[in-house]
Formats: sequence, structure tokens, C-alpha cells
Amino acid sequence: MLAQGGEPLKKRMRMNQAIAAALHDEMAADDTVVCYGEDVAEAGGVFKTSQGLLEEFGPMRVRDTPISEMAILGSAVGAATAGLRPVVEIMFVEFFGVCLDQMVTQAAKLHYLTNGAVTVPMVARASVGAGRGFGATHSQTCETWFTATPGLKIVHVSNGASAYGLLRSAIRDDNPVVFLEPKSIYGTRSEVVLGEAGIVPLGQAATMRTGSDVTIVSLGQLVGAATEAADSLENDGISVELIDLQTLKPWDRNTVLASVARTQRAVIVEENPFSGGWGNDLSATIAAELFGELEAPVLRVTTPDVPVPFSRSLEFQYLPSASYIASQVAQLCQTGKTPEPWWSQFT
Amino acid sequence: MSIRNTTIGPEPLARREAVRADPVQRHRRMVEIRAAEERIREFHSSGQAWGTTHCADGQEAVAVGIAAAARPTDQVWIAHRVHGHGLALGCTLESVFAENLGRSTGSVGGIGGSFHLTETAVGLVHSFTIIGAQIAQAVGAAYAMQVQGKDDVCIAQFGDGAVNIGVFHEALNLAKIWNVPAVFVLENNQYAEFTRVDKMTPIEPLAKRGDAYDMPWAVVDGQDVEAVRLAMVDAIELARSGGGPTLLEMETYRYLGHSRSDLAAYRPEGEFDEWQSRDPITQSRNALLEAGLVTESELDAIDAEVASSIEAAAVAALAGPEPETSAMFNNVLAT
Repeated sequence: MLAQGGEPLKKRMRMNQAIAAALHDEMAADDTVVCYGEDVAEAGGVFKTSQGLLEEFGPMRVRDTPISEMAILGSAVGAATAGLRPVVEIMFVEFFGVCLDQMVTQAAKLHYLTNGAVTVPMVARASVGAGRGFGATHSQTCETWFTATPGLKIVHVSNGASAYGLLRSAIRDDNPVVFLEPKSIYGTRSEVVLGEAGIVPLGQAATMRTGSDVTIVSLGQLVGAATEAADSLENDGISVELIDLQTLKPWDRNTVLASVARTQRAVIVEENPFSGGWGNDLSATIAAELFGELEAPVLRVTTPDVPVPFSRSLEFQYLPSASYIASQVAQLCQTGKTPEPWWSQFT
Repeated sequence: MSIRNTTIGPEPLARREAVRADPVQRHRRMVEIRAAEERIREFHSSGQAWGTTHCADGQEAVAVGIAAAARPTDQVWIAHRVHGHGLALGCTLESVFAENLGRSTGSVGGIGGSFHLTETAVGLVHSFTIIGAQIAQAVGAAYAMQVQGKDDVCIAQFGDGAVNIGVFHEALNLAKIWNVPAVFVLENNQYAEFTRVDKMTPIEPLAKRGDAYDMPWAVVDGQDVEAVRLAMVDAIELARSGGGPTLLEMETYRYLGHSRSDLAAYRPEGEFDEWQSRDPITQSRNALLEAGLVTESELDAIDAEVASSIEAAAVAALAGPEPETSAMFNNVLAT
């Protein structure tokens, strides 16, 4: 899709509109792409991420389903084996809890268990994250439900452009992809490059800004907070390189390690409880590969080991804020030691 | 294309066409399945195979009846008790044996084991070991047939234990509201693992569950291969012509325990004998003789031929190499 003059078409839009645009463009490009889930068709998605698709592509390819996650995800596995590229919506990532079998034991293993005879090109989209007042059961990221499962890819987007570009890649991928969308930024407007030029490959991190003192690696909505933190650190004389991981599985080792090798400090900013988060994998890899070259231990900035609290003030205390990230990073750079997390006084 | 043909040689398709075309071949295949499962148990008892295995002695008519009714382009999704279904649909004896033995010449290269068979050339997508998972997948594949304008039908086979797991309900409900070309085959062998079906399910027949989804259902004599075949032909034709899904309950009986280690001591006295008096292979033998399609000596010759083909396949499977270490790294992701 090109604007007149051959320049890529850029458009300012909300992230949910960018997702709908990606679905639209892949459906237009490939008849085998279908889209379904709870309130996906007539309502256009509870987060308006599939608006207009039913009208454009009709009820054979855009469908509403009952509240039946096992059937939604299971049928997507089957449809994928039979020639389609289904994109199904699991409204909130927690709902994977009732159908996880179909993702981690079925979709992820069918290619392996059929010795390569069957492939499962499907995308399971889900909203994730805190910051919307949805309470403990609708505000997690649950990324780590999937990270230890070979056979899956995991994407977690951070803005409209990455949502558009990564979703198009995920649909074209021949593997099952868990595609996570931070619900708190569905309505955030940004410039999105549309068309082939806007496609973002899976497995590649995006270096959002370059810097020399410290590398921050983040994902999802916290890329926004990390960006703000980097601005304020810059003002205080700390130069930050910010990496948006984009694809969590497989994660981009080369980009992360090359950056940390230069900056010699790594901070992982992650929307997960401290224990068991994916940042542990990155930390271990960085420490193993760059031991002796680091100026400071790897720092993880996470949420505390608690469910997501509801009260607005508590929820925003729970989520790492820009100022909290900045203060943690500054302490690491100044002392060469890992600072205590804010919650240490409570645990 | 999401399914590629990994079959080497024409044998599976030829084996399939045989049971589709000829009632004598159907009988022969049931004899083969019974003997093959006996041989598989010998692999285990002699220490040549490891892990566990789930046999379906007594249920041969269900497997062969389905295979005889479906086209090779129809897609079939089977539960874990798969040896008989695999052989009925067209898997070769060697590929089934070698998979049980974990050899690279097995159906899925020795990566799956006793309960994982795939033979895409004859529509066997795979066999599934988490109860009921395949039911929803078959619904999705059937939806894919609708979208692509194909007239192939998707068949999900599962046991009586699957009717109480959530995915069964979700899948049948979705299948009905989407009117997909699917046939659900509830192979009721009376036991879910170690537990009798009536202890865990308050309705009889189980197929009445179809009423909950406004889905046509029937109970079929699963000891009679022609009854199974004819019921399947009707349900498949209904689905193929746009009439939507059907739930068929095949009444049969598991002669042995759930798996290798289970001696089935929990069965009431006399139950086994009662079912064995309606053994599917004996009944098929008698029916063929009665119809004048075959003579006693021809049937005896079939038994002898099957026995020697079993032994030849066992020798070939045992000679198959173990997978290379690199095999475990293949096909983790599609490339």
C-alpha cells in the first residue's frame, strides 16, 4: 500500500485500529485468513480490534463464537491443519487458562508429533496487562504460561506500528503464534506505516533509541514507561539504549547482547511478578555471555509478587512507572549495585 | 497447504481402498488388527518396546467400519487407542510396529510412540492423547472445508470417557451452530480407564447428549462392521451434502485393560464372556460365510496370510534403526 509518489502510506491511528488494519490487509491478501472469537464479528471486537471486517469479508470468514475458549482455540488448530490461517481472539489472556491444552499441548506439538507432516499456521490474539482497572483476573500478562513451550512463538506489541507490522508477520508465519496486545494502549494514537513497508519481522527486537551507559530491554506497554524514563535519565546525564523486544519467543539474543556489550549495563523492565518472569532468562543469558564485561549486575524492574490490585492508586503502584524505572536505573548506574525494589519494605 | 504428504510409496492408499471396496478385505483387516495388537503386546512383554500401549481388542469393527465409509480425502482425528484405527485407515503394519518400538521408520519417525500415528495420504491427521482435544480440532478442520468450498468431511473419534470433558460440549455446540461437515464417533467401549461408563455418566445411551445440541444421533452396533460402515456412510453423506454434524455412538467392548499395566480385574463376572459371544471378527466370519462371499478354507487362508504378514512386518520394524540424535531437533518449528 503506497501513497501517491511511491512513499509508504503512513497514518495516525489508534492501536486497535492498527490491529484491525493488519487483519484487514492480510485477509485481503490471502483468502485463507479467517478471524473469529467472542464478539469479534458483529460487534467488531470488545476492544474494536476487528471493526469492519464482517462487513468487508462476510460471515464465512469473520465469525462470532459462543463463550467456548476450548472450541475457539481447538477449532483454530484444526482449521490451520486444513488449509486456513485462522486468527482467533481470546478476549483476555487469562481465558487461556481454560483452554491452555490447545495452545501448549496441541498447537505447539502437532508439527513435531506428525514428524512435520502437519503444520499449524494460526494466531491466537489476546489482550494483556494492567492499567485499566479490570482487577486481578483480567490484568495479567501471563506470558510465562507460554515461554517454556517449544513450538510456539510469542509476540507482545508496544504501539500501533509494531502491532500492525508484527500481526501481519504472525499471520504469515507457519507456526502457532501467541499475539499479546496491551489493553491499556488500545486507544493510544501513533503513526503507523501501512502496507508491505510496515511489516515487522518476528524474532527481531527494535532499538528504539541508542545510548551508551545502559541498555533497557522491555516489552509491551512498559516500553512507553521505559521511553519516558530514558528521557528523564538523559536529562540527568545517563545515556540509555532502549530495546523493545517485540518477539518474546524466540527473543533476539544478538540485538540484546550486542547492545549490552557496548553499554555494559542491562536493565530488564517487565510486566510480570518478579519471580519466574522471562527476564530471568535474559538475565542469565546476559550474565553468562558477558560475565566480566559488565559494570553492574543485571537489574530486573518488575511488578511485585502479588496479584494485580484493583484500587487505582494501588494498580499504578503495582505497575513500574517511568519515574520508578528511572530511579532504579540511575541507582544501578551510580552505585554499580542492584537497588532494592520499592516493595522490599512490605515483604 | 498445511498438510503435506510424507507417505513413502502407494501402500497406505491401496490398503485403504481395499477396505472401502471389499467386505472380505474388511474382515481380513479386522483379523490383522487383532493379531497386530497381540504382536505389539509381545514387543512389550519381551522388552523390545518400552513405555505403555493401549490396545483395542474387541473394537476392530468400529475402526474398519469408519475406514470403509470415509474417503481418503476426508480427514480423521483419532483418540489415543489408535493402532486399529491407524491400520484400518491404511497405515502399514511396519509403520505402526516401528512407531511402537520408537524406530525412525515408524509412522512419525519414532518421535511419538504407541499412541501417535499420522498418515496424511489417507486422511489420518493424527491421534490425540489429551482426552477430547481432537473433537474441537475436527470441528475447525470441518469449518476449513466450508470456507474452501471443499466437500470433504471431518471425523472425530473419541471414547466414552470424553463425553464428560468440557471440550466435547464446546465442540459439538460450535459444530452445530456453524453446521460444519463433521461426524462425531463416540466409541463406547464401556470403560474410561478403569471406570465403568455408567458410574460416571447419568444418561443412557450416551449419544442422547446429541439432543443438547439439536444434533441427530444414533446408537450403532459396534460389533458389526457393516452396521458401523452403513451408519457412517449415512452420517458422512449428510455432512457432505450440507446437512451438518451427526453424533454416532458405537457400542463395543474393550477386551483388555486400559493400558499395558491394567489387568481389568474390576469387570463384573460374566461381562467379558457376554461380549465375546458377539465378537466382531467371529460375527464377520459368519456373516461372510452366510452370504456366500467366502469359504471356510479361504477364511483360514486369510488368517494364515495375516499371521505371516504380521511376522514379516515385525521383523522389518525390529530391523529399523533408532532415530538419529538430530531427529529430536527436527520439526519443533515449521520452517
